[in-house]
Amino acid sequence: VSLPARVSLLIVAFLGVVAIGAFVVLHYFLGGPPVEDYSSGVAANTGATVHVVMQEAPENTVSTHPDWVSYFIQNPQTKAWVHTTLFSVPAGSRVDMTIYGFDGCTPLRNPYWGKVTGVIGNTVDVNGKAYSFINSWSGCNVGHTFSIPSINLNVPMATPGLIQANKPGLCPTAPCQPGTPAQVPYRVMQFSFMTPHTTGEYYWQCRVPCGGGFLTGFGGPMQTIGFMTGNMTVVS
Amino acid sequence: MAAEAPPTSTPQHAAGPSGPNHGLRIFVIWLILSLAADLIIWFVWGPHLPPGAMSSSASTQQFTIRVMAVMAAPVMVLVLVYFIYALVVWRAKPEDEQDGPPLHGNTRIQAIWITLTSVIVLALFVFGTVTLYTSNGAGGGQGASPLQVPSGPVLQVQVIGQQWKFTYRYPQFGGFETTDLVLPTNQWVQFNVTSIDVIHSFWAYQLGVKADANPGVNNVAFTKIDHAGTFVVRCAELCGLWHGAMFDYGQALSPAAFQAWAKVTEAKLADVTAALPPYSLTYDPTFIPQMSKAMVAGGFNGAQGFFYAPQDPFQP
Repeated sequence: VSLPARVSLLIVAFLGVVAIGAFVVLHYFLGGPPVEDYSSGVAANTGATVHVVMQEAPENTVSTHPDWVSYFIQNPQTKAWVHTTLFSVPAGSRVDMTIYGFDGCTPLRNPYWGKVTGVIGNTVDVNGKAYSFINSWSGCNVGHTFSIPSINLNVPMATPGLIQANKPGLCPTAPCQPGTPAQVPYRVMQFSFMTPHTTGEYYWQCRVPCGGGFLTGFGGPMQTIGFMTGNMTVVS
Repeated sequence: MAAEAPPTSTPQHAAGPSGPNHGLRIFVIWLILSLAADLIIWFVWGPHLPPGAMSSSASTQQFTIRVMAVMAAPVMVLVLVYFIYALVVWRAKPEDEQDGPPLHGNTRIQAIWITLTSVIVLALFVFGTVTLYTSNGAGGGQGASPLQVPSGPVLQVQVIGQQWKFTYRYPQFGGFETTDLVLPTNQWVQFNVTSIDVIHSFWAYQLGVKADANPGVNNVAFTKIDHAGTFVVRCAELCGLWHGAMFDYGQALSPAAFQAWAKVTEAKLADVTAALPPYSLTYDPTFIPQMSKAMVAGGFNGAQGFFYAPQDPFQP
């Protein structure tokens, strides 16, 4: 083999390795769901209020895992639903959270997590009615939770009743739109909490074993950022 | 080619009858350095060795580490002294090109070496076993039937591992459950450690308590806290996406302060406690007798560890 051919082969092989490395870095490390920015234009540590809107949808028809349950976050500017579980909020501020619960019920493995903690007043408003505890074993009451362990925040997500969920059925297409179609059942959860003064990443998760088909129900969407767990980034 | 000249003198590294006594030299150096190392380890370094002395189990572990370090130091010093002595004293001179003396076995040294190391290992084995037994497991999980149980009143605390948080139940206070681990000083505590999903490991670092949390298994560990203060609780078993964030802080209070906290918390959590499953050493998530009839009718029977109704999405 001639020298130019060998040099060319070497260059091609080198470029191939570089391309593979770049793909890995871009795809696995820099890729991922977008971060919905609720912090821009709001001064940190002033007690200012931001309003974060989310939903949990029973079937995620916008990803490669259409049968995985997933949270969505509303873009604060466009109001469009975005398939992500990452959002940023200012430090030392009040977050008024609204979560639309479109998914059906699944009992908590540990009913202790039906207790509301870490929010202002220690209650969650479900369709306007305040609850400090929702028993997921006494009825079709809880679908998921929104929990930020490091600030001891835990809020059970109420569900449409069993009869409503079976007939007419849960929202079939994600992201769901409240009231569209009119008969799709859902619940509206509202609660408020104060963000920490310390900036950083605060992971949040669901405590209902809703990774159906996986070991103990905690695989799949429960272990994947962008579905049932994510990060709240607190910025200054 | 000129014939090689025969050696005309005794090699410098072979200790002749009038040479220095290398064995005695090494022994003296070793003795001085070992004594210094052991004194430093025991009196200077020892009190700061992990995991500290906050509890009986932590103190036992620290004492054990001190004993082992004190016994290991002379062995290490001997190896290093011999190594350095050989490098310095027996190093071949630049002009010395002759072979060294042939090596021969030394039965006496071999016998001493084997006997001494065997005695050290067997002594440590006996010491470790006795310490483990007399200290009620030294803070380690002993399984469901511990060999040694402390006498006197014991506070029962159940540790429940779940992705990704430990919760704690206090059966002697109505069985309330909380995310706060609060313990009294000067009283034996029995941790009943279990899990309701995957394998975790309950590690209260400053208390010197570490016990695996396995689903369907009760793993018992004991400790007695000597000083009030805070301690770190970590999961020591890779348990999923947020394993690294599965840590928290516990608190040790005076007995009176603990009693006050427990009674207030029991009353505060009464409504939640009423909805919890009855206190049990393990919990079977595939069988929930409290499940409402409507839920059972809807197909939520908990079979196979899943709570999904048959019509729900299912990922094979």
